[in-house]
Amino acid sequence: MTFSWTRVGAIFRKELRDYRRNRFVIFTMSALPLLFIVMTMVQLFALKTSVSSARLNDRIGLSMLYLLIIPTMVPSALTAYSVVGEREQGTLEPVLITPISREEFLVAKALAAFTPTIIIAYALFGVFLSAAELFAHPAVVAAIFERSHVLIQLLFTPLLAGWAIWMGIAISARSTDVRAAQQLAIVASLPPLAVVALMSFNIIPASVPLAITLAAGLLVLDIYGWRAVAAVFDRERLISGRVADGRRGARAGR
Amino acid sequence: MTRRGAAPVSWGTDAPRSGSALVVDHLTKRFGERVAYQDVSFEVGYGEVFGFLGPNGAGKTTMVRTLGTLLAPTSGSATVAGIALSAEAGPQIRARISIMPESPGLYLRLTVAENLECFAGLYELGDVGERVAAVLEAVNLTDRANDLCRTLSKGLRQRVALARALLNDPTVLFLDEPTSGLDPVATRDVHDLITALRDRGVTIFLTTHRLEEAERLCHRVAILNTSLLLIGRPDELRERLFTRAVQVRTRAPLADPRAVFEGLDHVEGWEQSASGTYELHVSDPDAAAPEVARALVAAGADVLSLVESRHSLEDVYLELVDEDVEVRRR
Repeated sequence: MTFSWTRVGAIFRKELRDYRRNRFVIFTMSALPLLFIVMTMVQLFALKTSVSSARLNDRIGLSMLYLLIIPTMVPSALTAYSVVGEREQGTLEPVLITPISREEFLVAKALAAFTPTIIIAYALFGVFLSAAELFAHPAVVAAIFERSHVLIQLLFTPLLAGWAIWMGIAISARSTDVRAAQQLAIVASLPPLAVVALMSFNIIPASVPLAITLAAGLLVLDIYGWRAVAAVFDRERLISGRVADGRRGARAGR
Repeated sequence: MTRRGAAPVSWGTDAPRSGSALVVDHLTKRFGERVAYQDVSFEVGYGEVFGFLGPNGAGKTTMVRTLGTLLAPTSGSATVAGIALSAEAGPQIRARISIMPESPGLYLRLTVAENLECFAGLYELGDVGERVAAVLEAVNLTDRANDLCRTLSKGLRQRVALARALLNDPTVLFLDEPTSGLDPVATRDVHDLITALRDRGVTIFLTTHRLEEAERLCHRVAILNTSLLLIGRPDELRERLFTRAVQVRTRAPLADPRAVFEGLDHVEGWEQSASGTYELHVSDPDAAAPEVARALVAAGADVLSLVESRHSLEDVYLELVDEDVEVRRR
């Protein structure tokens, strides 16, 4: 049976409808980004132009790092619930009984977390740039646009979200408790952000080639993350809590 | 209660051997050391309502999940809706069947229609609106289409789950304890829906604890307690397991019941179950009843009643399961 975007769309639409009516999701999608944009703005407007260029760059790096926490934390919270939450509610089995393949299911879940995350993250980045352009000191604005900060934001927002999504789904598929899954997913989403932080603080000197190289590396990790998730997603384990121990090749994983 | 020796597990006599909706051949499922069910074989014909009975932990739900390709069997083989059971054939099999799990598993923050639209998409159905309207009408829920599922009672949620199971017009419909936890009115509603489906020729595989439900709805039943104990039509099982009997009640105990009952052509044996109450084992109740009545009148007895003893499916079930438990204890 070929990959069906109709089935992906069915789960995707269902997820978005469910998000809209879920207070926890609404809170996660609004409060968390709001907190980080406020912290970013405070950082931005507290900057003194009298400091050295390197120090100014560090402070801008820190303020923009807050923005990158959004595509890391928001999808972690969403995807950590995606499988184990459905399992707890009893809604997973009816879905797995349909012809949907695990690839379709995973892509649908990932897209449903990725889409709002990217919209929120880029929208807030736009708000940040607009506020900087309109209200910040010209030296600060120049520092924002001069270096690789904008490129890092644009490149790493979807890649960090991708990593967080696959980690969240993988942990969710192996967990038996929603809260444990959410905590683990947040921890697992952080390592790539640490690398970006090193670059933002100039511990690793930031440059366009380095940013692109690290982004390519993260893309590779995202691809491997996807494969890892596909490998741990097993219908039998999800339904019975055990892996099939029968004949080889008879796993009910598709 | 007198019983015959339990007949060996056999293929159903009514189901055609070819072109069956389900063919299960020596299927076994183990979870590590624990056996969910073992060496189970049966066939279900197209258009048949097949009851799968058994106590908790007998392996009924695991069997449904295996045939629904959610679990892989440990050994044995099966054909579901004409397709050999395998992991590779999972999507094709799941496109042709439906399973209504014991728990409705609805998205409670979505409306009834939104739930059904989601699943219509998963089955890649055309004319989603029409299809959703048709299944809602089938379960009498058209007026609740826009209600959030969390506002529905348990009985209504079960009907939505049934509507969802009907969306893809399944070749085989698996109903796993469809009336579990429902009140009598909601149970009756679900029974009526199943009866309507049966009358439309839908093949139904029904697991249940409720024996009156199986007796009322199913063409044939199988009794499972990890392994298959018996399979057949409810009346066939009764005949296979119990001798036929006529119960006689007289106003006063008979002075010499042996003289009355022994020697009658159709009476194979008798026993006194209470004062003035006699259980006669007969070959043919219709032939035995007039003969017994004449003998009682000739003996001067005041006959209060003379009726055929009917064993329910529950008697059959309890007899088999109790015996199975005893055998396992030994």
